[in-house]
Amino acid sequence: MDSMKRFVADFGLPRIIITLYLFALFFAAPFVGVNLPASISDTMIRIGMNGIMVLALVPMIQSGCGLNFGLSLGVIAGLLGATISIEMGFVGAWGFGAAILISQVFGAVFGYGYGKLLNRVKGGEMMIATYVGFSSVMIMSIAWLILPFKDPTMIWGYGGTGLRTTISVEGFWRHILDDFLVIQIGENFKFPTGAILVFAAMSFLIWVFFHLKIGTAITAVGSNPTYARASGINIDRMRIVSVMMSTMLGALGIIVFQQSFGFIQLYEGPLYMAFPAVAAILIGGAGVNKATLTNVFIGAALYQGILTMTPSIFNAVLKVDMSDVIRIIVSNGMILYALTRKTKVAK
Amino acid sequence: MSSKLRNFFIDNAVVILFVVLIAIAIPVSGLPGTFLMQEILTRLGRNTFLVIALLLPIMAGMGLNFGMVLGAMAGQLGLIFITDWNIVGIPGLLLAMIISLPISVFLGWLCGSIMNLAKGREMVTGFILAFFMNGLYMMVVLYAMGSIIPIMNPELLLSRGYGIRNVVGLDGVRQSLDTLIPLKIAGLNIPAFSFLIIAAVSYFIIWFRKTKIGQDMRAAGQDRAVSGAAGIPVEQTRILAIIISTVLAGIGQIIFLQNLGTINTTSSHEQIGMFSIAALLIGGASVTKASIPNVIVGVILFHLLFLVSPMAGKNLIGSGMLGEYFRQFVSYGVIALALVLYEWKRVTQENDSRATLRGGGAPAAKEAKGGAA
Amino acid sequence: MDSAEPILSLKGIGKSFYGNRVLADVSFDVGAGEIIGLVGENGAGKSTLMKILFGMPVISETGGFEGSIYFNGKEARFKTPFDALDAGIGMVHQEFSLIPGFTTTENILLNRESLNSSVLVDVFGPRISTLDRATMESRAKSAIAKLGVTLDPNMLIKEMPVGHKQFTEIARELCRENVKLIVLDEPTAVLTESEAEVLLSTLRLLASEGIAIIFISHRLREVVELCDRVVVLRDGHKIEDFPAKGSSTKQIASLMVGRSMEAQAKIDAASAARSTQSDSDARETILSVENLWVDMPGETVRNVNLSVKKGEIFGIGGLAGQGKLGIPNGIMGLSPAGGSVVLNGTPVELNAPRAALERNMAFVSEDRRGVGLLLDEGIDWNIAFTAMQVQNQFLKPILGGLFLWRSDAAMSNLAEEYIKLLEIKCTGPGQRAGNLSGGNQQKVCLAKAFALRPDVLFVSEPTRGIDIGAKHLVLDTLKKYNSEYGTTIVMVSSELEELRSVCDRIAIVYEGRIEGILPHTAPIEDFGILMAGADRDETTVALVGGN
Repeated sequence: MDSMKRFVADFGLPRIIITLYLFALFFAAPFVGVNLPASISDTMIRIGMNGIMVLALVPMIQSGCGLNFGLSLGVIAGLLGATISIEMGFVGAWGFGAAILISQVFGAVFGYGYGKLLNRVKGGEMMIATYVGFSSVMIMSIAWLILPFKDPTMIWGYGGTGLRTTISVEGFWRHILDDFLVIQIGENFKFPTGAILVFAAMSFLIWVFFHLKIGTAITAVGSNPTYARASGINIDRMRIVSVMMSTMLGALGIIVFQQSFGFIQLYEGPLYMAFPAVAAILIGGAGVNKATLTNVFIGAALYQGILTMTPSIFNAVLKVDMSDVIRIIVSNGMILYALTRKTKVAK
Repeated sequence: MSSKLRNFFIDNAVVILFVVLIAIAIPVSGLPGTFLMQEILTRLGRNTFLVIALLLPIMAGMGLNFGMVLGAMAGQLGLIFITDWNIVGIPGLLLAMIISLPISVFLGWLCGSIMNLAKGREMVTGFILAFFMNGLYMMVVLYAMGSIIPIMNPELLLSRGYGIRNVVGLDGVRQSLDTLIPLKIAGLNIPAFSFLIIAAVSYFIIWFRKTKIGQDMRAAGQDRAVSGAAGIPVEQTRILAIIISTVLAGIGQIIFLQNLGTINTTSSHEQIGMFSIAALLIGGASVTKASIPNVIVGVILFHLLFLVSPMAGKNLIGSGMLGEYFRQFVSYGVIALALVLYEWKRVTQENDSRATLRGGGAPAAKEAKGGAA
Repeated sequence: MDSAEPILSLKGIGKSFYGNRVLADVSFDVGAGEIIGLVGENGAGKSTLMKILFGMPVISETGGFEGSIYFNGKEARFKTPFDALDAGIGMVHQEFSLIPGFTTTENILLNRESLNSSVLVDVFGPRISTLDRATMESRAKSAIAKLGVTLDPNMLIKEMPVGHKQFTEIARELCRENVKLIVLDEPTAVLTESEAEVLLSTLRLLASEGIAIIFISHRLREVVELCDRVVVLRDGHKIEDFPAKGSSTKQIASLMVGRSMEAQAKIDAASAARSTQSDSDARETILSVENLWVDMPGETVRNVNLSVKKGEIFGIGGLAGQGKLGIPNGIMGLSPAGGSVVLNGTPVELNAPRAALERNMAFVSEDRRGVGLLLDEGIDWNIAFTAMQVQNQFLKPILGGLFLWRSDAAMSNLAEEYIKLLEIKCTGPGQRAGNLSGGNQQKVCLAKAFALRPDVLFVSEPTRGIDIGAKHLVLDTLKKYNSEYGTTIVMVSSELEELRSVCDRIAIVYEGRIEGILPHTAPIEDFGILMAGADRDETTVALVGGN
C-alpha cells in the first residue's frame, strides 16, 4: 500500500491518469472498429515528426533555465534555413542538408542572444521566454513580407507581397526521412525509419553530451547553481550553451517536422510550437528542473498517442471530434500541474 | 533640475516612445483626425473597464493578471444565455452581468488559490491557467450547450444540433449602454453612459485602495512574510484581489462585447488578456505599479497605434498585413519589455542595496553603512 | 528594582529537539522597568528560549517544552506569537520586518490601523472601512514621542537611514496599548556607535516608564552599560544571573565561553600533547591576507590582515555576525571581495572561484545544503564533481582527446573509497546526497575537498548541526589529513573549544577585523576578551594584534 502511494506521489496523479487514458483508448480501439495498425503507424510518424522538438527542451531544463517557452526562436531559425535552402535552388538530400546547415547557423546566433538575455533575468525566464518568442515571431512575420525572396514556389503569385503563408516542400525534400528505409507492412502500417533513426541519433548525441565534462557541468548548474559556482563553473556560460543547444535542436526539429508534414508554415505558424513539446516532456515525467531522455521518449509516445487515438476513438464512439479540446486540456493541465508543484525537496 | 528632467524621461520612457511612434505613424497613415477622434472615444468606452480589472492584482504583488481571461469567459457565458432567452437592452446586460458574477467569483477563487500554490510565478501560472480553462470553456460552449445545457434558440446552435455557433450576434443589447445617454459634441458620438460606468469603477478602485483591505493588499504585495507576521491573512487577501479582478473582467467583457455587437464564441476572450495588459504597459505601468492614468493613457496610445499601423503599413510597402503584424509585435514586445525591465531591476536592486558594504578602506565602509544617522 | 511581583517569570524551562537537548532548567525573573541582558554564544539557547516565550509554532510541533512561564502574574502558554503580542510582549527582530514602500506611520500601525466607521462594515466586515489617516498619524507620533527621538511619520522606510528603521520597529511594539515587556534581539548590530548610543538612552527612558526589557546582544559593553541584570546562558543552561553594575565585559565573556573544570583540563591536556606541533613561528608563510574586505550578507569582513604558516591548522573564531565566515567565502571567490591574498608568494585572483580552486585551495562551506551539495545527485557526483571540473580527474579522452568522457566507474570507486574512509552511512555511491543525515552530508563535503588534494583547505563550521559521534570523526579526520599530507588547514568555527582542541593558532574576528591571534594554549579568558571586542587601549596591545 505504501509503495503504491509512493509510486503515485513520484509519478504524479495526472501522469497516471493520462497513461491509463491512453491504454483505455488502445484497448477500446478494436472494439469500436478503429484500425489499430494504422493508429500505431500514425503515432510512430508523429513521434518521428515531433520527437526532436521535445528533445530540444532537455538542455535548458537541465541547466535550470526552465521550460523553454521560447522554442519558437529555434523554429524561426529552422524556417529561415528551409526557405533559404529552397531559394538557393537545392533539392533532395542536398536541399535538406543545406536547410539544416543554414538553420544551425541562425539557431546558434539566436540562441546566443537569447541566452544572454535570459542570464539577465534569472528567476523570471519562463514568462519572458514566452513573450520574447511571441514578439520574435511577429518581427519575423514582418520580415517574411519584406525579405527579397524570389523563388516562385514560395512567393505569392500575384496581388500579394512577400512569402506565402504555407510553402509546400513537395519536389524539394518532402518525406525525405519518413521514406528513407521505410518499412511498409500491408496497406495501413508504415514505419518511418529515417525519421525515427534521426530522432534516435539526436537522442544519442544528447546522451553523449551529458556524459561529457561540459554536460556534467550543465547538469550541476541546474541542480544547484551555487554548488556549481563554488566548483569553479561559469554559470552564465553554461546556461548560454544550453540555450544555444535548445535553439539549434528546435531549428533541426522543425525541419524534420516539415519534411514529414510536407509544408513550411510561416508567419504566425511558430507562435505556439513550444507548448505541445513542453506538455509532452512533462507528461513524460520531467520536472521544471530535471529531465531525462526517458522522459522525452515516454512523453513523446504518450502525448502523440493521445493526439492520434483521441479523435479516432471519439469519432467512432460518440460521433464527435473533441480532440482539440482534449488536447488543450491535457497539455495545459500538465504544464499547470508542473508549475504548481512545490520544488522537490529532500525527504 | 536637469536630473529631475532626466528622471521624468526615464520614468516615462515607454509612454514617450509610443507618443513619438504614433506622431510619425499618423501622418503616414493619412487617416483623418475626426475619424481617429471618434474611434478613440468609442474604444475608450469599450476597453477601459477591462484594463482597470488588472489594477488590483498588481497592487497585491501578483503582477499582470493573465488569468483575467477567466472573467472574460464568464462574461461571455452570461451574454450567450441572455441572447438565448432573448432578454434585450439594459435589463439583458444587467442579467448577463448577474449570471457572470457567480461564475467569475468561482473562477477567481480557483485562479487565486492556484496562484497561491505557485507564489513567485503567478504570471506564468495565470497564463497557462487561461489556456487550460479555455479548454473547459470550449467543452461547455461547443459540446455541452445544446446537449446537456438547454439552448432554446436553434439559431444559436451549430448545424449539427449542439454547440454554439462561431459568431453570436448581440443585436438585442448592441450598444445599449453606449447610447443610453445620447451625447454628441462637435459631431462626435460620445458613449456617455459607458464613461460614467468607467468613472464609477475608477472611483471604486481609488476608494478600495484607502480601505483596510486595500492597505493589506498593498502590504502583502510588498512583503508577504512581514505582512503575514503582522497577522494579515496574506493568502486570503491575494485570492480576493484575483476574485475582484476576475469579476471586473467579466463585466468589462460584457461592456466590450455590447459595443462590438457580436461574440466570437471561441476567440473573443482569448486575446483580451494580452491586449489589456499591453495597453496598460504602454500607458506607463509596470509589473509592480499601475494607476488609473496609466490605464487611460495606455488605452488611447495602444488603440491609436492599432488604428494607424495597418494603414501606415499599407502606405509604406503596400501591405496591410505589415501593420497588422507590427501591432501584434508591439503588443507582445511591450509585455516582454516590461517583464525584462522588471526582472532586471529586481536583480540590480539586490546588488545596489549591498553596494555600500563593498569597497576598500575600512573606515569608509563603516561610515557608509550608517552615515546618515 | 525587585518590585513586588515580576512581570515575567520563567521557571525551569527546558527543551529538546529530537532528543537533542538545547535548554535545561532555565529560570529567571524580569521585573517591571527592569532591563535584563541576555547573553550567550551561538547555540547557547537564547533564540530557542525566545521562541518558547513567543509561542512559536515550531516549539509545539516538536513536542512542546518543559517548565512554565508566568506573565503578569498568570501562567502563560502562548499558542501563537499573536497571543504573546496580545498579552503585551513586543519583539524587535534582528532583521527588519518592515514594509519598504510604506511610511513610518503605516509600518508602526501595520495591521492595527485606525478605521473610519462605515455602514458597509455591517455587511462586509471591518476590513471594508477606510483608514483614518489623521488618527493613525497622531497614534504613530505619540509612539515615536515615547522613544525620545524624532522620526518623520510620513517618510518611506526605504528612504530611511538604518537607525531610523530600528526605531520604527521599536515604536511599532510600543504602539500596542498594553505593552509591558519588549524583547530586542541584537538591536544594535546594524547601527553605528552614535545611533546605538541614542538607542540605549531610549531603552533607559522606556524602562523608567515601567516597561521591562530583555536585551539580547553580543556587544557586551552595551550590556554592561545598559542593563540592570545580566543572564548568561551556555549550552542551554543558565550559568549566572548577576547585577550588571560592577561587572566587566571580561567577566561576562569568560562566563559565556568558559567550560567546566574537567572539560577544561581535558582540553588543556590535549593541547599540551600537541604543543610540539605548534612551533609554527619557524615555518614559512603559505598564505598571507592583507586589507581583505568581503561583502557577505550578515558576515561582513571590513579589513582583515593575517598570515598562515605552511602545514599548520589555523583557527578563525568569533561571535556570529562579526565576519569570520566572510573570510573563507571571500578568499574562495564566493562573495564579492577586495584586498590582497597571496598564496606561496603569488597573488590569488579574487571574485573568481575557479582561480582559487586552480591554485589548489579547497573550501568546505558552512552552508552544506545551499553551497556544499548537489542534493538531487548521488554521493559519487558530489565528491567527484569539483575535482573533475577543475583538475580533469575522472575523465577519459575520447576521439583523440577531442572530448572528455565522464568515467562513472572512476567516480564510483572514489566514492566507495571515501565512504569507507570516512564511515559515510549510506546505501551506496549512488544514494542522493539529500537523503543523507547531516553528519554524513558533512563527510561528503569533506571528501569533495579531499578529492582535490588541496595545499590549503578552508573548513567552515565543520561540526555545525551534526551529532557528537560525527563531530569527533570530522575533527579527527581533519587532524589526520593535516599530519599525513601536510595540508594547511584554515578552520572557521563558532565553537571555541573545538578550535582550541584542533588548531595551532586561533584568530578572533570582531566587527570585520582580526581582534587578535592567540596560540591554542592561551587561557580561555583571553579569547573571551577578544570575542567581546575588548577595549583596545587596555588589553589588546599586549596581544598579537590583527590591525
